[in-house]
Amino acid sequence: MSATSQTGFFDTMPFDPTASLTPTGNLRRRSAVSRAVQIAATAAALFAVAVLVIVCYGVASRGASALSFSFVIDNPSGLASGGIFNALAGTVEIVAFGALIALPLGILTGLYLTEFAGPRSNTAGVLKLALDMMAGLPTIVVGLFVYGLIVIPQHRQSGFAGAVALSIVMLPIMARTSQEVLLLVPNSLREAADALGVSRWRTVLSVILPAATAGIVTGAILATARAAGETAPLLICDSLYANDSTSFNLFHGVPSMSMFIYQSYDLPLQEAVTRAWGAAFVLMMLILIANIGARLLLARSRAKMAT
Amino acid sequence: MTEWDRTASQIRRAEEARRRIRIRTEPVLPVITAPPANGAAPQDHAVVFDIRNMTVFYGASRALAGASLKIYRNQVTAVIGPSGCGKSTFIRSLNRMNDAIPGFRIEGQVLYHGHDLYGSSANRVEVRRRIGMVFQKPNPFPKSIYDNIAWAARNLGMKDKLDDRVEQALRQAALWDEVKDRLKDSALGLSGGQQQRLCIARAIAIQPDVLLLDEPASALDPVATASIEDLMHNLKHRFTIVIVTHNMQQAARVADRTAFFSLDTTGPTRVGTLIEYADTETIFRSAADPRTRDYVAGKFG
Repeated sequence: MSATSQTGFFDTMPFDPTASLTPTGNLRRRSAVSRAVQIAATAAALFAVAVLVIVCYGVASRGASALSFSFVIDNPSGLASGGIFNALAGTVEIVAFGALIALPLGILTGLYLTEFAGPRSNTAGVLKLALDMMAGLPTIVVGLFVYGLIVIPQHRQSGFAGAVALSIVMLPIMARTSQEVLLLVPNSLREAADALGVSRWRTVLSVILPAATAGIVTGAILATARAAGETAPLLICDSLYANDSTSFNLFHGVPSMSMFIYQSYDLPLQEAVTRAWGAAFVLMMLILIANIGARLLLARSRAKMAT
Repeated sequence: MTEWDRTASQIRRAEEARRRIRIRTEPVLPVITAPPANGAAPQDHAVVFDIRNMTVFYGASRALAGASLKIYRNQVTAVIGPSGCGKSTFIRSLNRMNDAIPGFRIEGQVLYHGHDLYGSSANRVEVRRRIGMVFQKPNPFPKSIYDNIAWAARNLGMKDKLDDRVEQALRQAALWDEVKDRLKDSALGLSGGQQQRLCIARAIAIQPDVLLLDEPASALDPVATASIEDLMHNLKHRFTIVIVTHNMQQAARVADRTAFFSLDTTGPTRVGTLIEYADTETIFRSAADPRTRDYVAGKFG
């Protein structure tokens, strides 16, 4: 860069300002590229939705003949008849108990990372790394861990052990999503609350958490949905042979949807396979309904906040 | 650093100090240099924007009602008025930045060098390529100082002698001396005033025809504000400048012509309205409309 370049660029216009407002320079090419990328992105989005539709359709069409109202509300009778109510209720029980452990722990972990650990805390760094590794842990390993922790000392597979295993699956998802959404809460809110002389935990409880509710609920839905479909930990920790059980004692084998699907699909009976597809469809619907329900709740709380 | 650079830098610092002193002691109505004849269009300035009855809606609500004015080439045109009077709506409609706002609708005509800005043949990317904008809050990209300036030029295919272009843009924005030794450093490390001048440099690096400034100094301290105002006196020789400001003294200091917008509360709804548009001296010394006189006298707003 030399002093001789003082003149040049800014003395001449790169375009005629009085010309009509049609593209000049390389804008035509850039518009074409832009349009191509836009089409590619739209196509990718449509493809993702198409995959979901195909999966839903595949599951529904294969399980349709097994689906009926009684399929959902009756207990099973024998290997390939009756309903799946016990498995449905068992899954809800195990996931709910797992969520009871994982969600508070996850949210508190998220709060620790964003609100209580200092910005340069080593503990927080290690914790984040550990959570990421935990999220990547194969669930069968989680199952084996809980098998050693709970099943062996108790000499019994149980819904409780399954729930603990699922809580380990949920915990990192919950903690990381909580942390991400808490980071999005503007710092000005924290400063405003601090400047009013209110203690940190009060601020967290009544200013920061409400501002982050939407994201935290979404994280909770993702975590429970993920756990509801989990199979490997239940295979090891909960019993594969509890599918006809109608007892929901958490300290015995509890039936579950994923175990029911796993076992039915393996039976040499066409009827049982159809029922497995039907159960898969019900499981999907369960997750969908939970999702929509949570979103409705959210929309209501948001509408309240806006006024 | 050569002897010449050192001297130049000393002169610049002295100039800055002088302005600082002037701000503190400034009279309410500063002297305006060489105003054009009252009310009449400046003769040697072509019309850049011919705005005819511009009315803007956001959804059902009317934000701006029937503004008609002409903006002239190589002049600084200031838009002043109280909060919510449609100043920002007005300036953002000049380079179609409002297009992205849901429910935005515009009526009337905005002619830019005689071409309808909202016409079917107008390409909005091309519109913004010709009509640049600097925002209220400095918004440098999280890139190096150099890349902030070079980014748009690269994208627009103006890759020839890029280093010179970056230097010239920074010089025009009076930032070169402060950053020439750290062009590869992050732009986010600059002070607020420097960041805003960087944003101006970024806007002029692609040589637009018009520069729209939406309250460019409202987040800055008086010294940084003074340096931005100085800039405008120099930049108007190459660009047509429209500046929105809620600072009347700033309008008086930098603008050739001033448009006063206010809220019209006579109708059922409050709506932004152009009250008066004339050369700056007229607006500040002998405005025709009593509302303008009250506003510039500091009686409301």
